[in-house]
Amino acid sequence: MSASILTVDDSASIRLTTRVALSNAGYQITEAVDGLDGIAKLKASQFDLIVTDLNMPNMDGLTMIRELRKMPAHMGVPVIFLTTESDNDIKQEAKAAGATGWLTKPFDPESLVKIVRKVLGR
Amino acid sequence: MSFPDPIAVFRTEAAELLEQIEAGLLDLNVNLGDKDQVDAVFRGLHTLKGSGAMFGFDALAAFTHHCETAFDRVRKGEVPATRELVTAVLEAKDHMRALVDTPNGDHEATGEALLANLRAAVDGANSSGAGSPAKAAPGQNHFKIRFSLPQNAMANGTNPLPLLDELRELGECKIVADRSAIPSLELLAPTDLYVSWEVELLTTQPRSAIDDVFIFVMDEMQLDVVTVEPPLAARTPAKSAAPVAEALPAAAPQAVAAAPAVPPAPAAPALVDAKQKKTSENVRVPAEKLDELMDRVGELVIAQSRLSQLAGGSGDLQLRAVSEDVERLSGELRDTMMVLRMVPVTQLFGRFRRLVHDLAHETGKTIELLTEGETTEVDKSVIERLADPLVHLVRNSCDHGLETPEERRAAGKPEAGHILLSARQQAGEVIITIKDDGRGINKERVRAKAESSGLIAPNANLTDQELYQLIFQPGFSTAQTVTNLSGRGVGMDVVKRTIDALRGTINVTSHVGKGSEISLAIPLTLAIIDGLLVRVGDGRYVIPLSAVEECLELPIEEDMRSRGRSFISLRDSLVPFLRLRDLFRTGTKPDPFQKVVVISTGSERVGLVVDQIIGDHQTVIKGMSKLHHDVATFSGATILGDGDVALILDVGHLVAEGQQQEAHLRAAG
Repeated sequence: MSASILTVDDSASIRLTTRVALSNAGYQITEAVDGLDGIAKLKASQFDLIVTDLNMPNMDGLTMIRELRKMPAHMGVPVIFLTTESDNDIKQEAKAAGATGWLTKPFDPESLVKIVRKVLGR
Repeated sequence: MSFPDPIAVFRTEAAELLEQIEAGLLDLNVNLGDKDQVDAVFRGLHTLKGSGAMFGFDALAAFTHHCETAFDRVRKGEVPATRELVTAVLEAKDHMRALVDTPNGDHEATGEALLANLRAAVDGANSSGAGSPAKAAPGQNHFKIRFSLPQNAMANGTNPLPLLDELRELGECKIVADRSAIPSLELLAPTDLYVSWEVELLTTQPRSAIDDVFIFVMDEMQLDVVTVEPPLAARTPAKSAAPVAEALPAAAPQAVAAAPAVPPAPAAPALVDAKQKKTSENVRVPAEKLDELMDRVGELVIAQSRLSQLAGGSGDLQLRAVSEDVERLSGELRDTMMVLRMVPVTQLFGRFRRLVHDLAHETGKTIELLTEGETTEVDKSVIERLADPLVHLVRNSCDHGLETPEERRAAGKPEAGHILLSARQQAGEVIITIKDDGRGINKERVRAKAESSGLIAPNANLTDQELYQLIFQPGFSTAQTVTNLSGRGVGMDVVKRTIDALRGTINVTSHVGKGSEISLAIPLTLAIIDGLLVRVGDGRYVIPLSAVEECLELPIEEDMRSRGRSFISLRDSLVPFLRLRDLFRTGTKPDPFQKVVVISTGSERVGLVVDQIIGDHQTVIKGMSKLHHDVATFSGATILGDGDVALILDVGHLVAEGQQQEAHLRAAG
């Protein structure tokens, strides 16, 4: 069974790119448009991995990760966050919040897939 | 699986982001202390930069980065938000648009100039450049690795097994787990990680490859890497790696927790929340696809009316039942389709804020733009075509209409001029009004100008409305000086032409010293209308139902009496009427009982005498060919159920004709 991934990003184009890259790599993708939406989708189902942006309206990625780590149902689900070079401080914060790994924007689809493979181990 | 082109999606998105950024900047300009707007603009720039770089818009990303940095500093309170900064970023935003539209164009000089402005605005350049880490030298290496992950690593999603697999992939690998730290069962927390590992690795990869494996946990983990038997010409890399067991002490968790958290973007106001949610639930569809769908629905409506006609003439009850179902469904489909194409005028009005901001800047006037009825919805194709005329009208108001602050003060008016842009729906039309409180149109000057250019005869008897309509003549301008903005007499005739093409009407009212008001009445949609099918002689015609006020019989005595004068008295008011038979020169005998269809545009009415009223009819409007472009009486054509073509009457034109007739008769006494 292919792993299911939740991607959370407020940018439709980034969502599309991640979807294209990850679907082509054989993963099943669910999309959320911000942290709030992400939490709602997490309440509805299980995912093997979450890829999230940090800077988002309504609920940012950091808050979402903190919320997620409070949800017993998602214990140990890896979270990869997308960040830009200029977000160095925030990287530290995201990890403290419970993120597993990150990917620096701009990224190319291969590196995304590589990191997803790395974290999922499949 | 097929996906839409990400670049195209990015472009659409960038356009939206730029609009958001602009709106944020303009709001910020009104209230420089508005932290929410600073955050919103920053977020917009940040996203634009990030996505831009993703999709190969490197120039855009690099350029936007500077603006983002500037706003980051504002956000952090390092520099204040100033009008200069807002103006600089507004201009920069236009440049970003150019970078999105033509990423390969020659933008460097402009970009440099804008960045210089920006730097001046934030007072001092802000440069940020990070050196890329030096690469380690490659070579055949033998590493001894000892590592332990933070105890909560698994709860945070790190799985040690793939990490070990990765190490294995680097080369020849021997892994030993150290289980000594595993506590007794009653103390064991199933989510914690107690195992650490010792790994012996023989690889051609450099030391940094090992770091790469642990890249995500590097800061919190214990990682000791020792190089055994350093490679032949071991120089700096060996020295730095060998003796010092490179331990990256776990960042004390307390310290991290205690560090002041960057405040998460302050909860956006409820309004923004709702808006965000709304957009997120929308589906983006290219306009052409909607047009295509519209065409199909149009064909369906035509096919359906053929079906109804066939069914009506047949005795087959089952066929009739099916036909009725299809009729209902196609009607509903049509309505849904129309709603799909409706967009609020907000997006149209939105761009005028910028225009007015710039015009105020250029003319040195203080101008406030007010908008009303922004939620009024209009067909998408109509909105697009309204943009240009409105730009002309708003420019005109700013330039000709509004006085300079000095003049206004002298006239006892507040210094700031006001322009009100409003939209409302009225029956099948949307009325868009541009109203200013400026000097108003000088009737004498308009008349003098029209006489001197031979548009009207000297001393011609004109109503105010007719006089004002003269300003829409090509080449007509009463401005004494030609400015950068307007006054060349170009524009108003274009406005008129565009509105005519939309089958709309323009109404002008003006009071000297108080201001003027220009109303555009535009049909809500251009594609499908409900029409009243009538017969005149042998031909059938469609009158847009939204314009029809009532139908009545033409009394015989009225018919006889009114041979010379075409008025019908309708509940104590005289309504002029037009005999379509005469207008179309049918050459057939009139029906004994002729009917009058009273149509109106707003306050003005006219009766149309027809032979027979057939009934209502859903009409798919087909455009007229170029050849018939000048035929003002008709606005289009449609195909009837039996395949015949019926022409659609142009209500605005007919009403105008009726009014003209009335005016002439009145003038004749």
